[in-house]
Amino acid sequence: MSHVAEAHAAPTSARGADAAHAVGQQHPIRLYLVVWGWLFVLSTFSYLVDYFQLHGLLRWSLILVFMALKAGLIVAVFMHMKWERLALGYAILLPPLAVLIFVAIMVLEADHTLLSRIVYFSRTPG
Amino acid sequence: MEGSVRTQISATAHRTGGIQGFVGDWSSDQTTFKDVSWGKAMMWIFLLSDTFVFGCFLLSYMTVRMSTTVTWPNASEVFALEIFGTHMPLILIAIMTFVLITSSGTMAMAVNYGYRRDRKRTAILLLVTATFGALFVGMQAFEWTKLIHEGVRPWGNPFGAEQFGSSFFMITGFHGTHVTIGVIFLLIVARKVWRRDYDTGKAGFFTSRKGRYEIVEITGLYWHFVDLVWVFIFALFYLW
Repeated sequence: MSHVAEAHAAPTSARGADAAHAVGQQHPIRLYLVVWGWLFVLSTFSYLVDYFQLHGLLRWSLILVFMALKAGLIVAVFMHMKWERLALGYAILLPPLAVLIFVAIMVLEADHTLLSRIVYFSRTPG
Repeated sequence: MEGSVRTQISATAHRTGGIQGFVGDWSSDQTTFKDVSWGKAMMWIFLLSDTFVFGCFLLSYMTVRMSTTVTWPNASEVFALEIFGTHMPLILIAIMTFVLITSSGTMAMAVNYGYRRDRKRTAILLLVTATFGALFVGMQAFEWTKLIHEGVRPWGNPFGAEQFGSSFFMITGFHGTHVTIGVIFLLIVARKVWRRDYDTGKAGFFTSRKGRYEIVEITGLYWHFVDLVWVFIFALFYLW
């Protein structure tokens, strides 16, 4: 099998000394396994929020915190954004903030719709 | 994390990082995304547009849920299963979440072995990733079947607000489509890795360009994004 000869010495190629020969994003496998473990733990926590039937502000804040942590780990490590230049990072990560503004607008809109429905739909006809 | 090394695709001179580097990259009147190939930059930009698509789906779901006067169905109960006589709330969704996260882990490792030119491990890990993806789609098909049997339709359902059905089918349907496309891409890339296309620089069937192991990372970006979207769907649709 000729490809074996071409292959780099896998475990050492991620070390600094070999960086000149390395191509693309190379990080130790261990880092991925640690992140993977954390994603499992955070998902379990999210599930437990539902399992223990937590309610109100505690439920929402826990769900959002676990969601944000998981999303951050995936984007930063699995998608390598942590190691990309800021020019790319800002170009990709800042525009989605516009969605949050859209959320704020639609919260106002939805409240207005709900209020109109309560006021007008509950009227007895005639 | 100290062990991780930031390596550059082109062996160009050292560039300034931080905010100064950011301003420099955007104002240099040259390629803005330095150290990133066009393929990777374009995949990121596609993913950004897809973020808006899913953002708008979740946004409309929020709007209909907030504005309805009818009680919203309790997702915890709707997606509960009886397993060996035990009532498990939301269990299928939890398993699907773990399956997708596992596939993301194997994908990240496939990218890593790809850059180390470890052809066999890369191909096997890609196939494992595709298998988990297919498993996820299968479980989603099971979930859809169950809900349709229970009478959930885009225009109504027995549990509560009518908008539940339309939001559910729209959001999970689009996500499932993304996973399915991802599985197909993973299989294509796995085949190419296995055939040594990226070692020999064989021209691609569709683009007639030479493939590189970077393709594995670009496919990985798409796959991780699919997992990322599920994180939001899981939190906002199933748990909320």
